[in-house]
Amino acid sequence: MRYLPKSPADREAMLKAIGLRSVDDLFAPIPAEYRLNRDLKIPRQMAESEIVDFFRQRSRENGDGYTSFLGAGAYFHYRPVIIDSLISRGEFLTAYTPYQAEISQGTLQSIFEFQTMICELTGMEVANASMYDGSTAAAEAVMMAVRLTGRRSVVVARSLHPEYREVLATYATHQGMPLTVAGFGENGRLNLKELEKSITAETAAVLVQAPNFFGTIEDVVAIAEIAHKHGAMLVVSIAEAVSLGIVEPPREADVIAMEAQSFGVPMGFGGPYCGVIATREKYVRQMPGRLVGQTTDKHGKRGFVLTLATREQHIRREKATSNICTNQALIALMVNIFMTVYGKVGLKELAKQNLAKTAYAAGQFAKHGKVLFGSAPRFSEFVVQTSEDPYAVNGRLLGHKMVGGLPLKKFYPELGNAALWCCTEMTTRTAIDTAVGLVAESERSVRSGKEEVDVEEVAR
Amino acid sequence: MKRMTRKATRHVNQNEGLIFEKSSAGKAAWKLPSLDVPEVDTAALLGGVERKDLGNMPEVSEIEIIRHFTRLSTWNYAIDLGMYPLGSCTMKYNPRVNEAVARVEGIANGHPYQPERISQGALLILKTLSECLLEITGMDAITLQPAAGAHGEMTGLLMVRAYHQSQGNARKKILIPDSAHGTNPATAAMVNYAVENLKSDSRGMVDIGALEAQMNEDVAALMLTNPNTLGIFEQNIHKIADILHAKGGLLYMDGANMNALVGKVRPGDFGVDVMHLNLHKTFSTPHGGGGPGSGPVAIKKPLEPFLPRPVVVTKTDGTLGFDYDRPQSVGRVRAFYGNFGMFVRALAYIQANGPDGLRQTTEDAVLNANYIRKGLEGTYHLPYSTPTMHEVVFSDKLQAKKGVRTMDIAKRLIDYGFHPYTTAFPLIVPGALMIEPTESESKEELDLFVEAMKSIAEEVEEDPQGGQEACFAVETHRLNC
Repeated sequence: MRYLPKSPADREAMLKAIGLRSVDDLFAPIPAEYRLNRDLKIPRQMAESEIVDFFRQRSRENGDGYTSFLGAGAYFHYRPVIIDSLISRGEFLTAYTPYQAEISQGTLQSIFEFQTMICELTGMEVANASMYDGSTAAAEAVMMAVRLTGRRSVVVARSLHPEYREVLATYATHQGMPLTVAGFGENGRLNLKELEKSITAETAAVLVQAPNFFGTIEDVVAIAEIAHKHGAMLVVSIAEAVSLGIVEPPREADVIAMEAQSFGVPMGFGGPYCGVIATREKYVRQMPGRLVGQTTDKHGKRGFVLTLATREQHIRREKATSNICTNQALIALMVNIFMTVYGKVGLKELAKQNLAKTAYAAGQFAKHGKVLFGSAPRFSEFVVQTSEDPYAVNGRLLGHKMVGGLPLKKFYPELGNAALWCCTEMTTRTAIDTAVGLVAESERSVRSGKEEVDVEEVAR
Repeated sequence: MKRMTRKATRHVNQNEGLIFEKSSAGKAAWKLPSLDVPEVDTAALLGGVERKDLGNMPEVSEIEIIRHFTRLSTWNYAIDLGMYPLGSCTMKYNPRVNEAVARVEGIANGHPYQPERISQGALLILKTLSECLLEITGMDAITLQPAAGAHGEMTGLLMVRAYHQSQGNARKKILIPDSAHGTNPATAAMVNYAVENLKSDSRGMVDIGALEAQMNEDVAALMLTNPNTLGIFEQNIHKIADILHAKGGLLYMDGANMNALVGKVRPGDFGVDVMHLNLHKTFSTPHGGGGPGSGPVAIKKPLEPFLPRPVVVTKTDGTLGFDYDRPQSVGRVRAFYGNFGMFVRALAYIQANGPDGLRQTTEDAVLNANYIRKGLEGTYHLPYSTPTMHEVVFSDKLQAKKGVRTMDIAKRLIDYGFHPYTTAFPLIVPGALMIEPTESESKEELDLFVEAMKSIAEEVEEDPQGGQEACFAVETHRLNC
């Protein structure tokens, strides 16, 4: 086995040194009746070339070569090549959690820079590195608000990513945390009147997403005012980090729970991604996850260490702020390098391109289908209502090696034949025009009533 | 430093400031393609929410970024540089083919919501890995959704709770041995179970008498690490399972130490009802300075209805798909399907090994730990004489007499070119030195380690003051926390 650095003679010599005759003696502590006396029924040992072939084949069966208009929490942005060159260095890739600060300064300083940039971008004072993803970060941020306020109930915007809502519901089930959902209005934003009605003296947190699941930018200032008036904390989830380049961050929030996938992390069929919690300094002791601080060694030289570990499970056990241990460190490094590459000016220009592509696409789609929620500002996503079922529309696109918007029926049946479309800097005008053409064709066919195609099943 | 070591030497070690200190307006490492749609008036589109300034974000060039991170990287210890004797952490070699296949276009760029028809590749990876892990663990069903070990623990306990609820009583507490990892009690608290400590006997195993006395209808489950954090296989495992099952409780196994068992014995065969695996330990996915991990949870049949949504199924037409219609599910624990990139790597590792390779891996891991144990026995105090598997726990009892504690020895080890072992854990051994070499170490590297540990012990005898601090070859010295 090519990963094992021992010859049969080495093994013999080692057994002899231990004073054993055979390797079986090492497993004597396992009761004989449970020992496995056969081969595992798993694929036989494969050569490296066979493994590569296997995964190349899987890649071909996995949408390779398709142009996609999907977003909804996983965004296709260009990843500068230096991200992979740098994270592939064994000193980053194969390092352990930086508990031993003296020989982990590389990881620690890079995390410190990551935290600093996240604070700059979010307008917060402290940021951790990291949480599993945006959905668990949002759930943990809400639980943080519950601890801080001593209250238990939570108001969640229906315009929050539906799967984030599901995750929060799972986390909240056994914590005795009642969840109330507040709907969205005609403009796609959280309905403030409904929010006002849902908040009580027991509300610990209001959780909204900005830009929200529909790509619409929420009125965070107004939401914060309502939440704070009732003594509740405002937790804002950010799923599309690139928006921070051109959209004001939710500075009025008390906690920001972010998904940083857009910053240089491959979509990778849903993970691994990078969740982050950012908040005010005064709340740091209730913040879960690892935190790096700056300090000095005995010679006065600057150095970095994991700090405030007393919040964490290895010290506090059942009284910890969270059970999180392993996080998404290497992904945070990808995010860090991405933020460094684009920096102060690049992030803004990048966000502007996303905005321009989306504005163009929404304008084109509006000529043929109905684009919802146009009266509030949006970033890179928009909802298109069609006459035809969106699965059928997507069936038309798939034939052109295109994946259309995400059909919303599953999550928002009240929106009818609606789909969530997304554009980034990677979306070309040609692709937009082709997709718009196919949607127009779908609209024409429904109106003329001639074509009775049922492509729904194929497109699912 | 009085002694010369055969492994560590002085090495070029450059200073490197913060990236912000290199920033200067007008430098750039990016270039966007020219815009193929009309420019937009951002003020008109966004109005009051337009962001004007990004604060102190850096402006640097590409070469500066490459040098910055390359220099930083040289301050890290890593598996690629040498052994990580960290107990229960299983810091094994991270095969490079894993990284290569995770970056193949259709795998790296698959969107989680792309239609199932064009996701068959990803779905087959999920299915194949699931089948392999079920065969390895001897369990009946599995979810790959949890993002790390602790997340898997939470998912497992959620299923335990749902199972008991379906039986009419969710029960109140979880029994956790005093040798357990800190995530176990922290997790129980997140699922709103009370934690009750279970003490170990003089051999370092679960005290069967205590378990019998503490087990009753209020206990939902026992969370057991097997082999435990002392590296000891719980020889009475069947009895433990029987005691739990007799009172309707479940046996949860923390799979942190699965590297001692793969291909040799299956938890499903010795009475485990729920367990999580750590793909970033046993199945070679990189630790990356703290993550990402992946914590699949495998279960026995009675718990299957409670698996997180969605699960992968084979549809009537033979293609693969996701089943969301799971009315008894505990719900989602994460958006999408889990840390998919880690599944790709773990499957590549299983394929590279096959059944024979996985068994040899386990044998070598246990051989290595016992070789170290034999080499250091006598030099360091061994609090439990019970045979151990893939790791061994010493204590600093002998060195403490001279005022040198486990942390001092661990830091000194850095000078000898090794990452420290795990200090002060498990909690039942005062001044613990917890050592797990994994299968990835050659006899030569193990000999160097034993030599280094013996040399430190001699230093302690000769000059207890001198051996207390890492001297050089590190970027910074012991830091003020």
